[in-house]
Amino acid sequence: MRINLKTPIPTTKDPLSILKCHLHAACAATALLLATGNLAQAADLNALIWCDHADPALLQPFEEANGVKVNVKEFEGTGAGMAIVEQSQPGDWDVMVIDSIDIPRGVEKGLFEPLPDDKLPLADLFPQVKMDSSTVVDGKRYGITEKFGYNTIGYNKTKVDPADMQSMAALTGDKYKGKIAIYDYYLPVIGMAALAIGKKTAELTEADLPAIKEELLKMKANAKLVGEVTASQTALATGEVDILVGGGEWVTAGLAKENPALDFSIPKEGAVLWSQSLAMFKDSKNKDMALKFIRYIMSPEGQARLATSACYWGMPANTKAALTDEQKKILRFDEQPDFLARAQPYPTPNADLDKRMQDVWTEMLQAQ
Amino acid sequence: MNATGNTGRALPWALVTPALGWTLLFFVLPFLAMAFSSLTAHDGGGFTLSNYSQFFNNPAYWQAMVNSLQVTAIVTVVSVLLAYPFAWILAEQVPERWQRLALMLAVLPFWTSYVVRSYSWLLVLAQNGVINRALTGSGLFSEPLQLANTRLATITGFVHFFVMLLTLTIFANLKQLSPSYRKAAADLGAGPVRTFLHVVLPLTLPGIMVGAFLTFVLCIGDYITPQILGGNNELLMPQLVMMQMGRRGDFPLASALSIILMAVVTVAYLACARWLKIERA
Repeated sequence: MRINLKTPIPTTKDPLSILKCHLHAACAATALLLATGNLAQAADLNALIWCDHADPALLQPFEEANGVKVNVKEFEGTGAGMAIVEQSQPGDWDVMVIDSIDIPRGVEKGLFEPLPDDKLPLADLFPQVKMDSSTVVDGKRYGITEKFGYNTIGYNKTKVDPADMQSMAALTGDKYKGKIAIYDYYLPVIGMAALAIGKKTAELTEADLPAIKEELLKMKANAKLVGEVTASQTALATGEVDILVGGGEWVTAGLAKENPALDFSIPKEGAVLWSQSLAMFKDSKNKDMALKFIRYIMSPEGQARLATSACYWGMPANTKAALTDEQKKILRFDEQPDFLARAQPYPTPNADLDKRMQDVWTEMLQAQ
Repeated sequence: MNATGNTGRALPWALVTPALGWTLLFFVLPFLAMAFSSLTAHDGGGFTLSNYSQFFNNPAYWQAMVNSLQVTAIVTVVSVLLAYPFAWILAEQVPERWQRLALMLAVLPFWTSYVVRSYSWLLVLAQNGVINRALTGSGLFSEPLQLANTRLATITGFVHFFVMLLTLTIFANLKQLSPSYRKAAADLGAGPVRTFLHVVLPLTLPGIMVGAFLTFVLCIGDYITPQILGGNNELLMPQLVMMQMGRRGDFPLASALSIILMAVVTVAYLACARWLKIERA
């Protein structure tokens, strides 16, 4: 007996039945894709990160040591990160990199899992960057600072007088008109403008905004451009500008090998301390691996790799980071105690003040 | 009613369903979601028009729209003025056998990404870029000119991108134009200039308008080029929209600004359609 294995050919071609067949096939394929996707997701670690964590030199050692794949998604700005989380399913993400000052926002939304203090190298961190006022909420730690630096003045020391860079007055005088770029992030630069007029960043109120706006407009009048990280670096590297307001070691350290003339200063008025933290998601399906990842990033080796990431350099929060002498020199590791003593925290406005600050920034950008 | 009749009616629906589904899924639903979002408060409150009133009450926001319209208008006009002669030369002067190669060369800039092209222009226009080096090296100028990080730089980048798009649409229109029109005009005593102004130009207007409208839409919604080449020295609407999403995650305000931007594009389309007397079939 012969068995016909061929599919019977329909004698009539009803377009609707053909469409139905295709729809069934598409549904089956989609279900298969989703199923395999979920399987892969369960075994992986999904991290919502800034670009410095996407460096293979940082991730590969962890992946190889733990037999896990770290899936990363980059974002810029807490608002954009929170939007990604809101549009995801609970459990899609395991860890997140976030501005230390924004951790309470995540806790308020019920996103984060408390971290075990006893399993983290908290004692090795620079005390000033632990930022317990932000990273600890209601007595529980929800984040750990991993990297920090200063929004300050970056400059080319062959083109400007380094002595001038010790005061923010140089940014609003005529000497460097047209040779200045402003880093395009309203919070730290508003913080710097506040420092320039003698205000404390932690005490800013809406009443301070007119004076801050005036200072910003003076800076803008001297500026050639207002640019984000890449644009700022490009402008300094190509000689388009010689000074970057709001930039700092994260711009100049990354370019130090190609252009040793680039440097940064903490002026007498001070600088704004930025810090980024790692947090674990409450709905993570892989909490053990998430904690391992956080512990790896906070280890001396992980810290050294993160600090010197291809995307941008920054100070490791761990004082025991396994940096080479040359790397420490570029990061000005030994000068940190003095820098930290003169740095002030990022402004932490409430929602209303934050909105007013952004409006001031918008007006500054539009000013001609 | 027989089975053949049912099938006959179902067939067009079956064929059009994927396109309708696609439009519904990827345009209508997201648009409705955006419109809904634009009417909500950022802090999670109820319905509000405050996102729209902010735009009309804040001069800095309003200025972003003015800037966008100014830049888009200049880019569109300059691109048309450059693209038309270029398309004319391609269609009329370049021998048929070379036209394919010429068209490929015209399309070549589209093979590189927007970001790469913008940064390339930045390097060309920079203080120590090609143009400034040539100007100062030749002694024409003692100091380099401020070319990068200006509105001029943004317009230059845009024109580079869109002049080829317009060239292609105008070229296609010129190729479709029957030579008999020109012959008839010549027979009636019209010279080349008169023939162009009274015959060729009016008949190629649809191509110009379609290309100009595409340029308008792509230009007014572009974020990358003004961000990279303009140096953020003035805000355009897409940058203003992006600002709302960065740290604050103010999606309702960003949605309202996007809806306003879409309304402007719709007005431009309606004006374009009315001028060309595009009628419903």
